Amino acid sequence: MAQIRSITDINEKIQKGEAVVVTAEEVISLVEEYGAEETARRVDVVTTGTFGPMCSSGAFLNLGHPTPRMRMSKVYLNGVNAYGGIAAVDVFLGATEIPDTDPANQNYPGSFNYGGAHVIEDLVAGKQVFLEASSYGTDCYPRQKLEAWIKLEDINEAYLFNPRNCYQNYNVAVNLSDRTIYTYMGILKPRLGNANYCSAGQLSPLLNDPLYRTVGVGTKLFLGGDIGYVSWYGTQHNPCGARGENDVPRTPAGTLALIGDLKKMKSKWLRGVSYLGYGVTLQVGVGLPIPVLDVDVLRHAAVKDGDIVAQVVDYSESYPQGIGGSLGEVTYAQLKSGSITVQGKEIPTAPLSSYPKAKEIAETLKQWIIAGDFTLTEPVASLPSADSGKKSKPLKASK
Amino acid sequence: MVRRKLVLRFPASAVENPFVYTLAKEYNVVANILKANINPRKEGRLVVELYAEEKDYEAAIDFLQSRGVTILPLAQQIVWVEENCTQCGACTGICPTGALWIKRPEMTVSFDGEKCIVCEHCLKACPARAVEARYLSGE
Ligand code: SF4
Ligand code: SF4
Repeated sequence: MAQIRSITDINEKIQKGEAVVVTAEEVISLVEEYGAEETARRVDVVTTGTFGPMCSSGAFLNLGHPTPRMRMSKVYLNGVNAYGGIAAVDVFLGATEIPDTDPANQNYPGSFNYGGAHVIEDLVAGKQVFLEASSYGTDCYPRQKLEAWIKLEDINEAYLFNPRNCYQNYNVAVNLSDRTIYTYMGILKPRLGNANYCSAGQLSPLLNDPLYRTVGVGTKLFLGGDIGYVSWYGTQHNPCGARGENDVPRTPAGTLALIGDLKKMKSKWLRGVSYLGYGVTLQVGVGLPIPVLDVDVLRHAAVKDGDIVAQVVDYSESYPQGIGGSLGEVTYAQLKSGSITVQGKEIPTAPLSSYPKAKEIAETLKQWIIAGDFTLTEPVASLPSADSGKKSKPLKASK
Repeated sequence: MVRRKLVLRFPASAVENPFVYTLAKEYNVVANILKANINPRKEGRLVVELYAEEKDYEAAIDFLQSRGVTILPLAQQIVWVEENCTQCGACTGICPTGALWIKRPEMTVSFDGEKCIVCEHCLKACPARAVEARYLSGE
């Protein structure tokens, strides 16, 4: 495939204020009007976006040294445990952690009103958070107890580090059983009462670069309202599953591990949310810019909802029991129409990932690039793709 | 058994009486306090849900009225707090009336209070807690 432009060429145009940038939604109509080749010649960058629940998220915090010094072992922020099994005053605050006092699903379905994701949102919003720490004490770190009110600005370093974000495609969840079930895919009513899906479809980052041709380790992107970077491929990155003729995965596939400075992020794009009967998670805003290096990259970025399919999966038995299997395939165009047909029954659909906010992110990133505030990066290593042979293995329990 | 939501208005003279205790102890009425607005020596207001056998319930109401408590029926209203809404759409699959609905193809979520039957399904189904119940008495 003949290259049209390099990332260096694009950055020169960005700096001169001449780059042509469109969102992954806008590019669809351009291709319909001018064809892929002409559009690829005209457009330098396509921006994508997603704003959905991403459980595998969290933040590394360095809380600073008190006097006397302390090697914090057990650390709580607003009652939520932050993992202290690293250096003295470093902790990792996971999005899905809940207070030890939360009754969880003992009071089924639990409401999970507050957890790690909410602490992250509160910190980013500039709120005071109550820190409690304890330690066994050492000669070099004698202090054993500490309480303090802290704010994000008081913390030395705070960075978001999400091991798995931006799932490339996802299941459509339904319930075949006779009772309502409460899942990370939302509330599912009995006997195919509703279907929930969770992807921005044609705007979703990895669905627009299905073979990871432009995204790689080191790629700069929109994360939580500021800039972030791809630090690695995400956990459960599974690039070798079934794909359509347009190279788009038909099942959950690639993922990204992302990193960025929490201090610069905005609580609008990092929201703590509660899934009834399931738990707490962080709704994360991510936007990936795609440099149009050649016609193929552009064709991929112009994918539309009608050409992306997802599998309908039963979350009452097939998913929890790890049986596998799909009840059928539907397109995102069908999902967005408000109803799909499964086993001959028409059922209403609802998204969990916000399409209008995904669009706002793609639009924001586009404006950053047009204004010359955001340039593109060359990846320093590529992500395992469809030809990598990478597989996800199940865990064999011994008991 | 009956289960009713009421607004109880207490005169200043009665505010410090342990009504919830008396209702439970003497009348077998479970009083679940939904909202309390009580200041010592001033008029107080309690939004409660009472749960009891029919005859116990009636005796309890007579008792409250004999102590000068005004009892008002409760109207409840669902409020959609737009600035807290992440526009995810999760509520739209749960709302039975289409009061919370998606405009297509934009996929934006809005709330139509006219259609809402106050079933409260959305309260906990909304991950961002952007829907709230507000209690209004018939005052
Ligand atoms: S209370 Fe019931 S009818 Fe009203 S918006 Fe919520 S789910 Fe819909
Ligand atoms: S579930 Fe809550 S946050 Fe999501 S669209 Fe409905 S009201 Fe908004």
